[in-house]
Amino acid sequence: MADYLFLIPLLPLIGFLINGLLIGRLPKPVISLVGCLSVGGALLLALLAFFELKGLPVEARVMQQVLFAWIPSGSFHVDIAFLLDPLSAVMILVVTGVGFLIHVYSVGYMHHDEGYGRYFAYLNLFTFSMLMLVLANNFLLMFVGWEGVGLCSYLLIGFWFEKKSASDAGKKAFIVNRIGDFGFLLGMFIIFWQVGSLDFATVMEKAPTAFSFGGGLITAACLLLFVGAIGKSAQIPLFVWLPDAMEGPTPVSALIHAATMVTAGVYMVVRSNVLYMMAPDALLVVAIIGAATALFAATIGLVQNDIKRVLAYSTVSQLGYMFLACGVAAFSAGIFHLMTHAFFKALLFLGAGSVIHAMSGEQDIRKMGGLRKYIRITYLTFLLATLAIAGIPGMSGFFSKDEILWQAFSSGHGSPIFWAIGLVTALLTTFYMFRLVYLTFHGTERMDTETKHHLHESPRSMTVPLMILGVLSVVGGWVGLPAVFGATNYFEHWLDPVTAKGSELVSESVHASGGGNAGLEMTLMFVTVLLVIGAWMLARYMYVRHTETATRVREKAGGLYTVLLNKYYIDEIYGFLIVRPFVGLSTFFWKIIDVLVIDGFVNGLARLGALSSDLLRFVQTGRVRSYATLFAAGVVLVIGFLILR
Amino acid sequence: MGILSWLYVVPLAGMLVVMCLPKDNKKLIRWTATLISVIPMLQSFWLTWDYFFNYSGSAAMAYVEGPFNWIPSLHIQYFLGVDGISVPLLFLTGLLSTLSLLASFGIENRVKEYFAFFLLLEAGMMGVFVALDFFLFYVFWEVMLVPMYFLIGVWGGPRKEYAAIKFFLYTLFGSIFMLVSILILYFTSNPHTLNMMTLIQSGSTLPYTLQMICFVFFFIAFAIKVPVWPFHTWLPDAHVEAPTAVSVILAGVLLKMGTYGMLRISWPMFPQPLRDLSFWIALLGVIAIIYGALVSMAQKDLKKLVAYSSVSHMGFCMLALAAYSSTQAISGCMFQMVSHGLLTGALFLLVGVLYDRAHTREIAAFGGLGSKLPIYSSIMVFFTMGSLGLPGMSGFISEFMIFIGSFSVLNKVMVGIAVLGVVLGAAYLLRMVQRVFLGEFNLAKWGGLTEINARELVTVVPLMLLTLWIGIYPKPLNDLMNATLTNLVNLMAR
Repeated sequence: MADYLFLIPLLPLIGFLINGLLIGRLPKPVISLVGCLSVGGALLLALLAFFELKGLPVEARVMQQVLFAWIPSGSFHVDIAFLLDPLSAVMILVVTGVGFLIHVYSVGYMHHDEGYGRYFAYLNLFTFSMLMLVLANNFLLMFVGWEGVGLCSYLLIGFWFEKKSASDAGKKAFIVNRIGDFGFLLGMFIIFWQVGSLDFATVMEKAPTAFSFGGGLITAACLLLFVGAIGKSAQIPLFVWLPDAMEGPTPVSALIHAATMVTAGVYMVVRSNVLYMMAPDALLVVAIIGAATALFAATIGLVQNDIKRVLAYSTVSQLGYMFLACGVAAFSAGIFHLMTHAFFKALLFLGAGSVIHAMSGEQDIRKMGGLRKYIRITYLTFLLATLAIAGIPGMSGFFSKDEILWQAFSSGHGSPIFWAIGLVTALLTTFYMFRLVYLTFHGTERMDTETKHHLHESPRSMTVPLMILGVLSVVGGWVGLPAVFGATNYFEHWLDPVTAKGSELVSESVHASGGGNAGLEMTLMFVTVLLVIGAWMLARYMYVRHTETATRVREKAGGLYTVLLNKYYIDEIYGFLIVRPFVGLSTFFWKIIDVLVIDGFVNGLARLGALSSDLLRFVQTGRVRSYATLFAAGVVLVIGFLILR
Repeated sequence: MGILSWLYVVPLAGMLVVMCLPKDNKKLIRWTATLISVIPMLQSFWLTWDYFFNYSGSAAMAYVEGPFNWIPSLHIQYFLGVDGISVPLLFLTGLLSTLSLLASFGIENRVKEYFAFFLLLEAGMMGVFVALDFFLFYVFWEVMLVPMYFLIGVWGGPRKEYAAIKFFLYTLFGSIFMLVSILILYFTSNPHTLNMMTLIQSGSTLPYTLQMICFVFFFIAFAIKVPVWPFHTWLPDAHVEAPTAVSVILAGVLLKMGTYGMLRISWPMFPQPLRDLSFWIALLGVIAIIYGALVSMAQKDLKKLVAYSSVSHMGFCMLALAAYSSTQAISGCMFQMVSHGLLTGALFLLVGVLYDRAHTREIAAFGGLGSKLPIYSSIMVFFTMGSLGLPGMSGFISEFMIFIGSFSVLNKVMVGIAVLGVVLGAAYLLRMVQRVFLGEFNLAKWGGLTEINARELVTVVPLMLLTLWIGIYPKPLNDLMNATLTNLVNLMAR
């Protein structure tokens, strides 16, 4: 019954091979067809798999397919095998669904690009890797997908590689991610060392006995795995690559750097939830890093002027939200937000792409304004996504965000401090998103006449995906209605089989949602909504009604504004503290240790030899052959001497 | 005569044939030499195939020839045989020799001597991997030195004399230590013997001090070949000066002789010193990994960068060898030897392709080649990714196996530091890719560069396919070596 699972990643791989190997030989329509249909096919299969899984009784919702033994070496054994459970089912739907829409969108967006074939080849390779990541049934195969998406990210960020900033950004993304991989690898080693397997099912089953609860090893393993997640999902302190990654084509930002790849870290933590539940300290670190990142990135997002950069920091911030959810052991809330975020953030990026398309490549929102008249569909869909991310009641983001906030407050691992940070972040998010909307689509038209002359709505291949994502951004949250409304949270129950084992380990962390605290939950929700609307109105006041206030605030803030605009100078600090010493060290090792010390010694030895051989010059013919002869003769002499002794 | 003898006799005979050819008919010489080398290549392929299906189930030596008494008064025997650790290396030698000869068609100066030396070199390499008698082993080991010396010293770059002498003296220095060890083993064995298989059994019965001396002496000899830090400084000079094909052989096969020697001889022969020194061996491995990667980062010459990356990559082998009691680590070591041969061999071939056209290897001189030479650049990036250990390619399998194996038996912090090599590897390789292939293309300077040609493609495509195969389906290679390695681990962890 699971024998077609392997086709889900295989189809995009075939697409990659066709487009990649026949690069420059295929006409554009064929490229688009191969690129989109391979992902479309995967989407259909993913739906089929999803419904088949849904048809199974709850406790039997696991489908596995073992293709072949991959690395069998003594006690170490890893298969190429796929696992479909409620968690991976959600993930493959998001990846193929959003992925398919973005492929279609790209047909229009990349139409005039010279590297059209290369683009689709990379995009298909990415889809393949991402599907491997989420369908893998063991840590190592997951790591394969993990590295694969990293490679594609590198290739796509640097897609326009003639531009130095683009190739710089690609390189930075790869190397920073490698730092994360370093942690991931070590985490895996600890797991294998203690459990003797990397297979998810085996690890989760044996972990409670192989590790001691809350012990040093399990905490170390979880923290190291989390280092991997920090890298891939751009959390403090490794978030620096994501904003730069905006150098890539905009649909890439939507697919890789918003909807799918960057959420891999969240997926990994949820996938290992049993391990994390055994390491409360690690869980706390996850929550702290998540909350801190959410807040930190949101503050930077307040002042950025590049439409994509605002969205990039917003993504970092929202990912922090997801980790906050994981950190308070609300894993299903994390995945729920992952899903709704995939919809509205992909939509925001694609909308931004449509704006950039209309603006002939301009990304600076200070040079936009009043665009809503010209690109109506883009405006409306962008607005929907903004309402969703702001958490306006009824929109998808409202449900997932509310779930996280409530869990942060009430879960056994939560605390009112986490809730407060989450709330402040939500307000900041609302503010910067509406700032973005108002500066881009409302107010005075600040573009030059040339650009204004070319303003146009995007082609159908771009607007249709926008509209579909718009619908999803609204209704996507309805599968997870809060229990406090008296509704059933289908989403949470859907993920129950995945998270159940972890929560069994810790009885006190059983969700406190609903029940006796219903009044409190309602109150907090109400307060949040009220404040969010307040933040919205503030943005409206500052950027529509009284635009001079924004300037005044900026001047008042002075130094703080500059610090925020320069992203707290983090890049500069890293450059000074990490990059420079390494570069210095490498030159030191080469010029001093290698050339001066070791070679100095070696050459000195040789010179000494030459000096003493001056005395023996008469045997020195300068020909290696005669040395070899002499040498051989010497050997024979020695042997002879020793024998005759 | 069995197939193992033929493996080195054919190139040896080929050398004589090439020497008899008319000196001015360069085309004839090139093709004759290349075609002759196809014979041992096919033999090594057949050997791999046949060994896999018929012998890989047991650790015993296969295709054994001898031991025949050769020089009875000195107890020297003619004794050949192969097992799971020599077969993959013979495969690599056969393949890389032919590919290197193909890549040597650009040699215009003293063509006849060049190809004759090359075939002699191949004979020596084949011999080292099949010899089971110390005398034979030593002879083959030294025989390789001579052609190598001349290939660098005559056909090399501007500082070829320095590089060749340095290579020669370094290796000779090590050989002397090896010779002393061999002599100690010879005179302490009773009855006197140079049979490696016998000595592996009896070596561990020597007094501990003597064992330690022999182990350290062998280690010096092999470590210079690998090369292990701090014995590595001959390598960058030799690589930079050597012609492309010689670099390929040097990196692809010669370096492996060091690790092969350890696995074949000194490791199983002296398990006690091995156990006592394993921490220091691991330390040298870790230093090589980090140091090699950092020094690579500072390089301005493309070839030197690849050369130093070899130091780093062979460091992984040393780390694995220090974790001798783990089957995964030792398998990983063998995988790394094969993988490094494929990847670094290919990288040197590709650097050569660029050098032939541009006559410079200075990284800063290039930029944006990706837009002008898309096929060449893609292939180069492919191997770069392999070299930095991307999953799906051979380097990932080997590095991962080494890590997971050594993590459970070695100092965790040390292995942790070694894993940092993964980050540094990405840093120096991607920096190179960016500066050579990305960015703006200098049309005025490099407008005349031409895309990789068919002959050059033939030299690298097989390496691509093998890299992918091992990366995606490593089981056959693992099965081929498994019985031997399990037995070996038992011997080493005695």
